[in-house]
Amino acid sequence: MSPTMHSPDRPRIVVTGIGWVTPLGHAIEPVWQRLLAGESGVGPITRFDASTFPTRFCARVLDYDWRPYVRDAALHEGVLPNTAFALGAAAQAWQSAGLDRLDADGGLDRDRLGLYLGCGEGVIDFDSYVGSNLAGWDAEHNRVDPQRWYAAANASMQPVTEIEQEANMPLSHLAMEFDARGPSYNCLTACAASTQAIGEATEVLRLGDADVMITGGAHTMIHPLGVTGFNRLTALSTRNESPQTASRPFSADRDGFVLGEGAGIVILETLEHAQKRNAAILAEVLGYGASADAYRVTDMHPEGRGPLAAMQQALDDAGLSPADIDYISVHGTSTHENDHAETRAIKRLFGQRAAKVPASSIKSMLGHLIAAAGVVEAIACVLAIRDQTVPPTINLHNPDPECDLDYVPHTARKMTLRTCLSNNYGFGGQNNTLILRRYPPQS
Amino acid sequence: MTRSVVITGLGPVCGLGIGIEPTWQGAVEGRSAIGPCRAFDASAYPCPFAAELPEDFRGRDFVPRSYRKATKIMARDIEMAVAAADLAARDARLTTRATAEQGDAQTSYPPHRMGAQIGAGLIAADLDELTAALDKARDERGGFDMKKWGAEGMHELTPLWLLKYLPNMLACHVTIVHDTQGPSNTITCTESSAGLSVGEARRVIGRGAAEVCFCGGLESRINLMSLMRQTFTGRYIQVEPGATTDPATLVRPFDRQAAGSVPGEGGAILILEAEEAFKQRRDADPEARAYARISGFAASQTVHPATRNRTPDPEGLAIAAAARRAIAQAGITPDQIDLIVAFGCGHPDYDRPEAAALHSVFGPAIGRIRICSTKPMVGLLGAGAGGLDLCIAARAIAQQKLPAVLNCDDPLDGLDAATGPARDADIRNALVLSTGLGGQNTACVLQRFDH
Repeated sequence: MSPTMHSPDRPRIVVTGIGWVTPLGHAIEPVWQRLLAGESGVGPITRFDASTFPTRFCARVLDYDWRPYVRDAALHEGVLPNTAFALGAAAQAWQSAGLDRLDADGGLDRDRLGLYLGCGEGVIDFDSYVGSNLAGWDAEHNRVDPQRWYAAANASMQPVTEIEQEANMPLSHLAMEFDARGPSYNCLTACAASTQAIGEATEVLRLGDADVMITGGAHTMIHPLGVTGFNRLTALSTRNESPQTASRPFSADRDGFVLGEGAGIVILETLEHAQKRNAAILAEVLGYGASADAYRVTDMHPEGRGPLAAMQQALDDAGLSPADIDYISVHGTSTHENDHAETRAIKRLFGQRAAKVPASSIKSMLGHLIAAAGVVEAIACVLAIRDQTVPPTINLHNPDPECDLDYVPHTARKMTLRTCLSNNYGFGGQNNTLILRRYPPQS
Repeated sequence: MTRSVVITGLGPVCGLGIGIEPTWQGAVEGRSAIGPCRAFDASAYPCPFAAELPEDFRGRDFVPRSYRKATKIMARDIEMAVAAADLAARDARLTTRATAEQGDAQTSYPPHRMGAQIGAGLIAADLDELTAALDKARDERGGFDMKKWGAEGMHELTPLWLLKYLPNMLACHVTIVHDTQGPSNTITCTESSAGLSVGEARRVIGRGAAEVCFCGGLESRINLMSLMRQTFTGRYIQVEPGATTDPATLVRPFDRQAAGSVPGEGGAILILEAEEAFKQRRDADPEARAYARISGFAASQTVHPATRNRTPDPEGLAIAAAARRAIAQAGITPDQIDLIVAFGCGHPDYDRPEAAALHSVFGPAIGRIRICSTKPMVGLLGAGAGGLDLCIAARAIAQQKLPAVLNCDDPLDGLDAATGPARDADIRNALVLSTGLGGQNTACVLQRFDH
């Protein structure tokens, strides 16, 4: 049991803006309606010829262009998908927070506008990379010849494309777009990254190092080597005959996750700053917990030791008990292992009440956005609080007997919703939990 | 008010040596680890020089026997992190699952009170391994065939292939080896990664979420792909083919003749500890000691659209802002800083803005403050840069000795950055700076810890 970190006199942190770019669309309301309607964003892989891959489907962002979202496209020419997604999500969030108006009035202190993102590595430039590798291959010695490789790479690789692959490039582009000069971080804890980013952004604000933080994340791994990597790990569903039902968290016949892509951005600020500018407050970030499984890089701890610790820490941080949680946005990846371990952790924490707390996974519809999964799920929590309605877990026709919680199967549900808990776990054992609450709590 | 945090263990891994003793000795002697690239024939690259780890470095020597199997899925960056963590924990006399000896009743702290915030770079796949598989997917004309890749080629890769290259694996393996179950993060902001990770570890401990953290960063760019990508950033020095230069003199931070940096590999893990918890531990183990207190930390973002944040703005505005905030947080005035371990990468587009920022923060006092850079010794370490620099600053302040300065015969105006030997000095506070490609900056103030 960790000592409680809850302290009544620390600054309260609120969400004032949200935006996303997802496989179900690129604006808050239509995507939210489709999630509540239980639609799937899964379709075939079309970006490369995956016809012989074990997995030939994914949840991809369609018909998206970042250019309409930015002030000066020249600043961002040549960006890779993570940055492209992040720019659109951030522009939506910025506008929904009303920061464009505050800015026009000259009321924003740029040194106190920070960034904390959880973005993935950029997509490798496959053709030049593979071409250089093959050109450099010395079959006789089973190695790549440095001279030949360099000649091919130098002739085919584009400097901008290579530099843009650094995981902090979305951060750099958002900083330019919004003239953000405060504390600036990118973390990459695999599938937990953007949850961790929101949690740590909250801590930066609580400490008084910024007034406003742009946080969230962006990621795609829908490219040949990304799919290869997950296929080799046998982490992806191979239900090629029925892609839209492949992401089936907590179902007995689940066979892996479905790769998604996209971005989500939230604007966080201190309650004081939000109130001073009369911002509409969407929710409060009440608690944050982070832990490590410290078990194996290949497997989760079977009893969900790390997830349990993260949830407990978030509750301690919020000064709440499990009885205060009305809804859980689960990590729920649709892998055999995650769904078991997460269910066990929830049961250990919530005890008798576990099966009474609705706990759904929107990965059943959006697929798994990897680094961006957490923020998109956190935004869904904010909207669930607003509409007093939680999204469903679709494709749960054949529940796993060991997964016996209330996963809100098939259809969205109206409910009284004050406090949400949102979980995400990174491959390798880094776990994060956020607690979001309606603001004001009694409305 | 958050809790006070001290640095109690240093685990540098760099060209100067493996561990704090050889590294510090190298910094005092003013050695340079820069030489012709040994890992592969880099003669085609504009900069064929590198600062590599000592040849006898073997990552697996630092991995507990029961975990050695896992070295098969550790990229060099990960091996370096595991080694650095082991060195740091032992330097701190911290008992963890890995450092415990027979007879140790228990670990220094319970697992959930230990954290790990470790910066990482963009880890490159081993090209020999990958290309052996790609080679199985050639079409009749020798080009790449995606259909054959999906059907045959990809299955040549080891199932755990992806796990070797995920940047969070540095932290994950360290958490497993030392059984740290508290908060763990992976920060990926190029050369600022380690500085930001140390700042975050301080926040984690400060708010009470852990008593002790492994933090810092490591990266190796000494492979074909990473070196190519970094070459494209334009920060490495270009050497004319056939030119006869002493590699040790190539990197010239704050010198008017500075022309670029040289790639290095390595970085460091530091042990950060709540001061109150450390004092209790010291009561039981009088040999435990703190190098310094972290009295100030600030992070900032450069906005310089003219170079798309690839270099700082000429005035170094955000660098100055971070330094000012860190110094103010430390409760001191700039003239109470006695040592600056600057980013000083030896490229004029970085050095000059950094110098401008120092002038703006310190005013005329800057001429009386010794400025050091480790880059002529260990090269540009990527995600590890700030970690190594913090180790040097922490040891300097504990030892009350300024490290040697190399290759600055004609310093930029008004800076005490000229070539010179190590020397004893009264160091009350030290400032450590880092600046990454993409514009993230950190400033950290270390304060002498009087035992």
